[in-house]
Amino acid sequence: MAVCIAVVAKENYPLYIRSVPSENELKFHYTVHTSLDVVEEKVSAVGKVLVDQRELYLGLLYPTEDYKVYGYVTNSKVKFVIVVESSNTSLRDNEIRSMFRKLHNSFTDVMCNPFYNPGDLIQSKAFDSVVSSMMVQAC
Amino acid sequence: MTPTQWDLPPELCCRPMAFVALTGLDVVYNAVHRAIWDAFCVNRRADRVPISFKVLPGDHEYPKCRTKRTSYEWYIPKGILKTSWMNKHLNMVPALVVLFYELDWDEVQWKEKQLECATKVEIVRTSLQGRNTKVAVVLIQKKTPLPPGEDVMASERAGALCNACDLSGKFLFVLPHTDHLVGYIIRLENAFYEHAQTYYHNEIRRVKSHKEFLNKTTHQLLFVRHQFKIAFFSELKQDTQNALKHYKSAYGLVHELRAHETNILEIKTLAGFINYKICRLCFQHNTPLDAIAQFRKHIDLCKKKIGSAELAFEHAAWMSKQFQSFGDLFDEAIKLGLTAIQTQNPGFYYQQAAHYAQERKRQAVQLCGSPELSTGCPPPDPLDTPTAVLDFYGQRAWRQGHQSIDPPDPEKEKRGILGLQGKEREVPHSELIIALLSNAVAQFKKYKCPRMKGHLMVQMGEEYYHTKDYAKALKLLDYVMCDYRTERWWNLLTSILSTALRCSYLMAQVKDYVAYGMELVGRASSLPEDQKSRIEKNLFKVLMKEVPEAEPDCDPAAVRAAHALWSERAAQAAEDEVMVEAQDCVPFVQCKARFLHPSFHLDVPVQLHIFLRADCPHPVHFSKLCVSLSNQDYNQYCCVSEGSSESQGLCLLPGQTHMFAFRFVARTEDVGKKIEITGVDLILGRESERCVFLNWRGGGGDTASAHEALQASRSFKRRDRLPEQQVDWDTVTIQASTMIISRVPRISVQLLHSPPALSNEMYCMTITIQSLEDTVAQDVKLTAGLKPGQDANLTQTTHVTLDGSEACDDSHPALLPDIDVGDLQPQEKVEKPLYIRCSTTGSRIFLVHVAYTMNACIEGKDIVCKCHKDETVTIETVIPFEVAVKFMSTKFEHLDRVFVDVPFLLMTDILSSSPWPLHLLSSRLQLAPSMAAVDQPQCQVEHVVLQTGESASECFCLTCPPAPHGGSTAASGQYIISWRRDSENVPVVSSVIPLPHVALETIPLYIHADLPSFGRVRESLPVRYHIQNRTGLVQEVEMSVEPSDAFMFSGLKQVRFRILPGEEQQMLYNFYPLTAGYQSLPLLSIELLRLPRLSTQLLQRFLPSRIFVKPQGRLGDDASIAAA
Repeated sequence: MAVCIAVVAKENYPLYIRSVPSENELKFHYTVHTSLDVVEEKVSAVGKVLVDQRELYLGLLYPTEDYKVYGYVTNSKVKFVIVVESSNTSLRDNEIRSMFRKLHNSFTDVMCNPFYNPGDLIQSKAFDSVVSSMMVQAC
Repeated sequence: MTPTQWDLPPELCCRPMAFVALTGLDVVYNAVHRAIWDAFCVNRRADRVPISFKVLPGDHEYPKCRTKRTSYEWYIPKGILKTSWMNKHLNMVPALVVLFYELDWDEVQWKEKQLECATKVEIVRTSLQGRNTKVAVVLIQKKTPLPPGEDVMASERAGALCNACDLSGKFLFVLPHTDHLVGYIIRLENAFYEHAQTYYHNEIRRVKSHKEFLNKTTHQLLFVRHQFKIAFFSELKQDTQNALKHYKSAYGLVHELRAHETNILEIKTLAGFINYKICRLCFQHNTPLDAIAQFRKHIDLCKKKIGSAELAFEHAAWMSKQFQSFGDLFDEAIKLGLTAIQTQNPGFYYQQAAHYAQERKRQAVQLCGSPELSTGCPPPDPLDTPTAVLDFYGQRAWRQGHQSIDPPDPEKEKRGILGLQGKEREVPHSELIIALLSNAVAQFKKYKCPRMKGHLMVQMGEEYYHTKDYAKALKLLDYVMCDYRTERWWNLLTSILSTALRCSYLMAQVKDYVAYGMELVGRASSLPEDQKSRIEKNLFKVLMKEVPEAEPDCDPAAVRAAHALWSERAAQAAEDEVMVEAQDCVPFVQCKARFLHPSFHLDVPVQLHIFLRADCPHPVHFSKLCVSLSNQDYNQYCCVSEGSSESQGLCLLPGQTHMFAFRFVARTEDVGKKIEITGVDLILGRESERCVFLNWRGGGGDTASAHEALQASRSFKRRDRLPEQQVDWDTVTIQASTMIISRVPRISVQLLHSPPALSNEMYCMTITIQSLEDTVAQDVKLTAGLKPGQDANLTQTTHVTLDGSEACDDSHPALLPDIDVGDLQPQEKVEKPLYIRCSTTGSRIFLVHVAYTMNACIEGKDIVCKCHKDETVTIETVIPFEVAVKFMSTKFEHLDRVFVDVPFLLMTDILSSSPWPLHLLSSRLQLAPSMAAVDQPQCQVEHVVLQTGESASECFCLTCPPAPHGGSTAASGQYIISWRRDSENVPVVSSVIPLPHVALETIPLYIHADLPSFGRVRESLPVRYHIQNRTGLVQEVEMSVEPSDAFMFSGLKQVRFRILPGEEQQMLYNFYPLTAGYQSLPLLSIELLRLPRLSTQLLQRFLPSRIFVKPQGRLGDDASIAAA
């Protein structure tokens, strides 16, 4: 399960960041922020070839000693970042994919809310609970 | 930096090369020897064999060889690898000792020399007792040797020398000291290299042979040691594949060792060494992925092997070193041509090394803080060893060689740990961390990771902060801050700003302190409210020249120093005026400036609103607000300050929008110009104390506001209803510039005309100007004519004039500027007719521009307003009529050519295409010299009025005199029509129509007939034919008259005669008509015998073909008619 889940706007500012409360929140902010380097590089590299057939899931962005950072970019260039602990070997690529898919669906619901102004921070409770379901439960 | 405990030993990191010792060379005093030595070691290129040479004296003592163990049965090893071993084999125990000796084959004292040489060899052999090292002899000779086999004495003496020295022939070399020294040397060293390889090969076999004596229980350490030695010898042998294989098995064996607290350091140290070797070889073999995989495996295996909790910092230090040395290896491989990628580059390893260095620092602070350490360790120092170095890698100084699970002496152990902790306290941790971070920064910069770089720079800044190097910390933080700001990561920005604020506080930097404080208090900061409140209070203190309160988590000693600095700053009056640029940050006051309209008329005062809003927890007082405009003359009107009349509003309440309205009257000379807000300044604090100029460039806005404005514009959110005179901040938009435009004219301009215009006519347009002003419109000027900026050809073909008495010509302009009309009283009307002549068709835009000045008084200021009104009209120009011209014979037959001296007709048709009636006043034919009128031509269309589609025709009889140059065409001349539109008040214009040229021909014979206009039945009708010869020759003519039913005739029916040149022959016939009506005349056929091609038909055209014959009259008729 994830230790940090983030949604980053097209302009690369955070729309939503949740991390496990036990750890330093700032550290995850930095982790998500630095992962954007790789996301941008990957998106621009793919962008040249085929925009339509681009896979949204970017895979493992970069491994650190303690965490694995996965990325996903929607067609509107909104980025999702999921950070899991390196020690957590139970999560396969497929599980990460389905987590992203779930996140994307929930994000789509947020966007469909007529009272949500695209570009504002996400404050939806439904989205919150979807994210919570994917996070490591703090005990 | 001196090498620390954790640095890898240099003998491990170097590339092992076979060691060959050279003796018997006197490189100091003997030039020949020096040259030989230089040839060996100076400028060694990469393609030379890898050997490290050393010159040693002949009696050099090589390391003693220990007596070989015959049995391992009772042997318990004390450690894995001796610290001296690698160096011994790299630099001390040679693979081959080479003895240089000067001896020529023809030496006179051969016997003595041979003996001396043998003695020298023996000395070296004795010193190498027990080693497998071989000795080789090189004879330095002055003469070039003969080819092998030819010099009998040489082979004989060589054999003798070998015997004397107990040498195999393969170990005796000859080095002639001649021109080709380097060539000989290269051949020599290749031979040495082969011998060295054999030596190392034997060494490997020797080590391998120990294996059978070992058992798994007591000799585990030896398994590792032997594998390592085999690998190392393989490296010396340059057999890197085998070296890698043995290092790998050594690595596997080292992890099989039983690890416990006393030997964990030794195991990790050796594991680190072997891992280093493996990674290095993998990179060398160009298999970087293997290197990375090995390193990952290594880290995973060792990560948890922390060892003693009291020495946890050692593990972190070791880990840090592992990452750093792998980073170095990776970087080196890249320098040798390996390509790295964004997600796999040395930066990550340096970063991780820095991470462990930070961890080490944290643990060191935690573990080494006990007070008993502060006094230093009491003697004897447990870390001292008798030889000052350890015997085995990774062992403890106070219990070297100890291999059992429990420490031998708990007291000693405790003192040892305390000693290590004490030593750790002296380590410059921050320096290490910063060095690693800057390595990582350099790598990430290279691999396009700007954000990672930023993150590491923040860490560097924080580390500098911890080392109290605040200036460097600020520099780094300030550098990256703007990236986080523009990317709107507020949490990260807040954290960086907080550190920066602390730095600037501790350095008492007023400007930075204020700038960071302002941003931390503002909306971009995610600090809790109480922190904001604290910082804001501190800001006010700074403005009042008081010392701000310390930031939390600062070192108390540093706070005391900072306190003194702040007091000093206040006393010095330094940095009393601080300028903060709002667009470079997100300050706690927001500003939006707007002109009420995008443009203002000159006679209306310009209105400007400044909106301010404070985002901080407490109200903000300010002393002055001024706006700078592009025309600085207006600045005085856009300023409020404390003490002025409306000063009660100079306090901003948190979260409320405050509006400040300014108005001023624009100057006349600014009409048509833009007035821009160049900046807004908010001055906080009093000038007597400290003031801060918060400056917004342009119409306000900071780093964050553009995005906020965009979001606000997208939002559907219902705005809360605000009390009167309050505005919602988000609804305010910035309008930073306005145009000053002239006063609205109150004047009417009417144009009276009847389009379309006819080309070349004097088209009349009546301009009526009526003043609708309440006062006198002064200095009214009219500009009328073709609107500038159209096709340049139109300017050439359009002419305007006010004078309607005559047609204008090319000298008239296309536009009449500034026609003085004078003053206009209210309601006064002026009419001006404008005549336009367009010489080409097409549409044109005409401009009528009326300008005048007015005196006006706005808000007590007298200003002169210039007003103007423009009217434009598009006028189409069409052709008034078309003229068709035809040439005809006198018989109204169409002619495509005319004949010299033969009369013909010119017919003109004027077809009106004008929508308006055309009055043709007259027409005139202006003939070219090549034409002449037969009689006086008169105008036949005088005062004819043509309606649309009607046409008028004229007919002129002309002849062509013989062309002087005998040209084949003749110019006709011009047809001039004077006309005007059918109304009285326009001048007459003349249109000139050029007449077409016509083909001209001469004919040899011309014939024409004289005959009455009619005949009468049974009355004689005399006809005389004139036949002219127009050639220069006598012409013989055959002429005949064919009979006709309608006539009887008398005369020559068929005749042949001659005509002299230029002469004329007349033939007279009397026709006698028989029937009345139009009758064909008897056909006259003429043939020229000399010119048979001249046909009768051509001549026929000159003759009348028919005549009208009246019936026979009665005599009485004439009388009755006369009577009637």
